[in-house]
Amino acid sequence: MATKSICLYFQVHQPTRLRLYRFFDIGKDSHYYDDFANRTILRRIAQKCYLPMNAQLLELITQNNGKFKVAFSISGSALEQFQRFAPEVIDSFRALAQTGNVEFLCETYNHSLASLGSASEFQHQVNKHKKAIEELFGVTPTAFRNTELIYSDAIGEEVYNLGFKTMLTEGARHIMGWQSPNFVYCCATQPKLRLLLRNYSLSDDIAFRFSNRSWEMWPLTAEKYLSWVKESAKNDDIVNLFMDYETFGEHQSAGSGIFDFMKALPETVISDGTFEFVTPSQATRKHKPVSDIEVFDPISWADEERDVTAWLGNELQQEAFNKVYAMTEKLSIVNDPDLWEDYGHLQESDHFYYMCTKFFSDGEVHKYFNPYDTPYEAFINYMNVLSDFQIRLDEKRAAMDVKETLIEEVKAPVKKKTKTTKTVKKK
Amino acid sequence: MFGWEFPPHIAGGLGTACEGIVKGLAYNGVQTLFVMPSASGDEDQSATTIINASDVAVDTVSESVEEYLDKVKFIHIGTNMVPYADPEEFSRLVEEDRRRQVKDFSISYGQKYKFSGKYGANLMEEVARYAMVGGTIALQRKDEFDVIHAHDWLTYYAGIAAKELTGKPLVIHVHATSFDRGSVDNIDTRVFAIEKRGMLMADRVVTVSDLTRNIVINRYGIDPAKVVTVHNAVDFSGRENMQVERGVKEKVVTFLGRITYQKGPEYFIEAAAKVLKRTKNVRFVMAGSGDMMNRCIRHAARLGISDRFHFTGFLRGADVQKMFALSDVYIMPSISEPFGISPLEAMRTGVPSIISKQSGAAEVLKYAFKVDFWDVDAMADDIYALLHYPALADFSAREGYDEVNTLKWNGATAKLKKVYESVVK
Repeated sequence: MATKSICLYFQVHQPTRLRLYRFFDIGKDSHYYDDFANRTILRRIAQKCYLPMNAQLLELITQNNGKFKVAFSISGSALEQFQRFAPEVIDSFRALAQTGNVEFLCETYNHSLASLGSASEFQHQVNKHKKAIEELFGVTPTAFRNTELIYSDAIGEEVYNLGFKTMLTEGARHIMGWQSPNFVYCCATQPKLRLLLRNYSLSDDIAFRFSNRSWEMWPLTAEKYLSWVKESAKNDDIVNLFMDYETFGEHQSAGSGIFDFMKALPETVISDGTFEFVTPSQATRKHKPVSDIEVFDPISWADEERDVTAWLGNELQQEAFNKVYAMTEKLSIVNDPDLWEDYGHLQESDHFYYMCTKFFSDGEVHKYFNPYDTPYEAFINYMNVLSDFQIRLDEKRAAMDVKETLIEEVKAPVKKKTKTTKTVKKK
Repeated sequence: MFGWEFPPHIAGGLGTACEGIVKGLAYNGVQTLFVMPSASGDEDQSATTIINASDVAVDTVSESVEEYLDKVKFIHIGTNMVPYADPEEFSRLVEEDRRRQVKDFSISYGQKYKFSGKYGANLMEEVARYAMVGGTIALQRKDEFDVIHAHDWLTYYAGIAAKELTGKPLVIHVHATSFDRGSVDNIDTRVFAIEKRGMLMADRVVTVSDLTRNIVINRYGIDPAKVVTVHNAVDFSGRENMQVERGVKEKVVTFLGRITYQKGPEYFIEAAAKVLKRTKNVRFVMAGSGDMMNRCIRHAARLGISDRFHFTGFLRGADVQKMFALSDVYIMPSISEPFGISPLEAMRTGVPSIISKQSGAAEVLKYAFKVDFWDVDAMADDIYALLHYPALADFSAREGYDEVNTLKWNGATAKLKKVYESVVK
C-alpha cells in the first residue's frame, strides 16, 4: 500500500435558473423558473459531460480492480433536474455508487449559503440532502463539503454536530501561509472534525488551464502531471484535487483531450506506486491530522480572494441575502411543502453570484456562468420573485391565524365569539 | 412650424406637444405647415400639413449659394453629441464624422439628405442640415405663411435661417432648456449657444411654464418683455382608462420617467424608506430607465428596502397605462422640470399625484400635492397621508381628474394665437 494519497473529488451542480420575472407578475404568477433554459442546458451538459464521463469513470474503476476511487457531491438542485430532464444520468451515478469505490458527499440540498445565513435552515438542508443521497444511491454520506467549499471554524463545528467527521475546504493561501495543503488538518474549535484542503494549484491545472494553449506547460499529459504531484507532495501525505465535474467535456471540451488525460491518469498513478487513490472519508482515516487550522472569517474556493465576496460582496447581494434569510422563521411556522421547495431554490448561491460586481480578475468566470447582462438585472429579477414568494408566505401565515381564530371560536363561549368578530370588523 | 418629431413615432414628449399644438391651432383657425426632419407618412395630417425635410433638396437658393452660406454660415458645426462615449471613443467618432462631413457637405447642394430624425451621434450635424433644408423650404413656400414657429433648440437654426431668408417673424417655443438636462454647472455649452442665439433672434419666446420663463430671462439674459408663458395642455381624447387586475394587495406608489439626475429619483428612494419605517402596506415602483438607474438600485439595496422597492426598466406603450392603473399615488420629485406631463396622465387615470414645486406643472395643477424636491420628509408625509386617509385620496383623485380634463390645448393655443398676432405686422 502506497503511503501517499490522491483524493479526487468532483462537484456536480446545476442552478435552477429564474425566468424573466417582472413587477407585473408579482402576486399573479408564482412559477419562477426558466424551465426551457434549465432543460436545454442540463441536457446539453449531460450529453457532453455527465454521461460520457460517468461511463468512463465506471470503466476505469472496473479496469483498475478497485484501485481507482473518486468522490462526488451532487447538489439536490442538480438531482432534481436530472430526475426531470435526464433520468439516465441518475442511473449512471447509481452504477458508480454500486462499485463501492465512489463516495458521495453531503452538502446543502440547494447548494445554498445557508451556512452563513441561518443555522436552522442549514441543518434542514443538510438533512434533506443526506436523505436524498440515501434514497437515490443507497449510501449514507459521512463526509461533508459545503457550497463552494465555504468554511469557517463555526461552520466546522456545526458540521461536526450534524454527524460528519470529515469536511472539505479550500487550501486558501491567506489561511495556510507557509503550511502545505497536502496534509490532513483539523478544525480549530472542534478537533474531531478532519479537514481536507484543496490543492488549488494542481486542481486548477486540470480545471482551468488544461486546454489553454498559451500556457507554457501545454499540453498536459498524465506523466507530466504526476511528476508535479510528486514534486508538490515530496514530504507530504495527500494531494486533494477538487474541481467542478463540468470540467470534463463542458469547461474543457472533449476536443482538448481532457477525457484521454483522465483515462491515462489512474494507470499512470497506480503503476508508479507512490500514490494510491482514496476517497475523502478513507483519507481522514488513513492520515493523521498534523495541525489545526484557524479560520475566523469564511473562506471558499472562489476567485482570487478565496472568500465569500463573490456572493456577498456588494450591497445588492447582501440585501437579497438578508431578505431571503429573514423569512426562515415564518416559513418554519407555516411549514408548507410548496413554499419549502421554492424557498430552497431561491437560496441557491448562483442567484447571488449573478449579482456580483467584481468584474476584474475573475470577471471572465463570472460572465461565463451568468444568464443576466448585468448584476442589476439579476438583482431586480430576484427581488421581484422574492416579493411574490413573500406574499405567498404572508398569505399562508395569515390563513393560519384565521384558522386558529376559528378553532378558538369553536372552543370559546358565545360571549367571546362576538368579541372576535368585532376585532375583525375593526380591521 | 419647425419640429423634430410628430406622433406616432416619438422618443420624447416634444412630438406629443407639437401634435396638441397644431390641433389646437386648427381649432382656433390657424393653419400650420409642420416641417420635420424625417416623416414616415403615417402621421395624422388632419390638423396640419406635414413637410418631410428628407424630401427637399437644397437647390432652390434664389440668389447665390455664397450668399446663402453667408447668411447661414453658423451651421458649420463639426462636433457631435455622444452622451456616454469615453474620450478615446469620442475622438474616434469625431474624427470619423469630420471626414465624412467634409465629403458630404461638398456634394450636399442640389441633393436631398436623409434625416434620421432621431437623437443619435450625429445630432449636431442633423441640426445643421435641418437648418439648410428649413431655409430652403421657407423660401419655397414664402407666400404660404406669416409666422415661423420653432420647437426646442434642435429646430432653432432652421427657424433663424427661415427668418433670415424670408424676413418673417420668428417665435421660438422653449419646451426645455439646457438647465433641465444637466445640473447648473454641467450643461452642454454648444446647445446653450444655439438656445441663446435662437432666443436672441426670436421676436417672441414662448415658454411652457413660468419656471422656464424665469430660466430664459435669468440664465439666458432675454428681455422679459418678449418672453411669454403658454402652459402645456394634454389631449386625452380617445383614451380609455385601462382596467388592470392587481397582483399585489399593498398600495403602490409610482415614479415614472427617465431615471436621471433632474428627475430627482434619489429623493423618491429616501422618501420611500421613510414611509416604509411607518407602514409595511405599500410598495414603491420606479418605472423607466436612465443613467442613474444602477445607482438607484444600489441606493435602495443599501437602505434595505429592495423587497418593497421595485424597478421595472423602460416601459412601452400599454405598459405605461398599466403602470398608472396599478398605482395609488404618483410622484414626480423633479429637481428641474419645465412642465412635466406625467402627473397629468396619472391624475387622468384617477391617481393622486405629488409633484415638486420645481416643476412647471405645479403652476397649473391645484389638486396635486406640491413639495420641494429636496424635502423628503414632506414627500413621505404626503405619501403616508394619501395611503392612509381614504377621504383625502378620493378627494384628490376626483378633483384631479376633473382638473386635468380642463387643461385643453384649445385654450393654450388661443393664447399662442395672440402671440402670433402680436408679431405679425
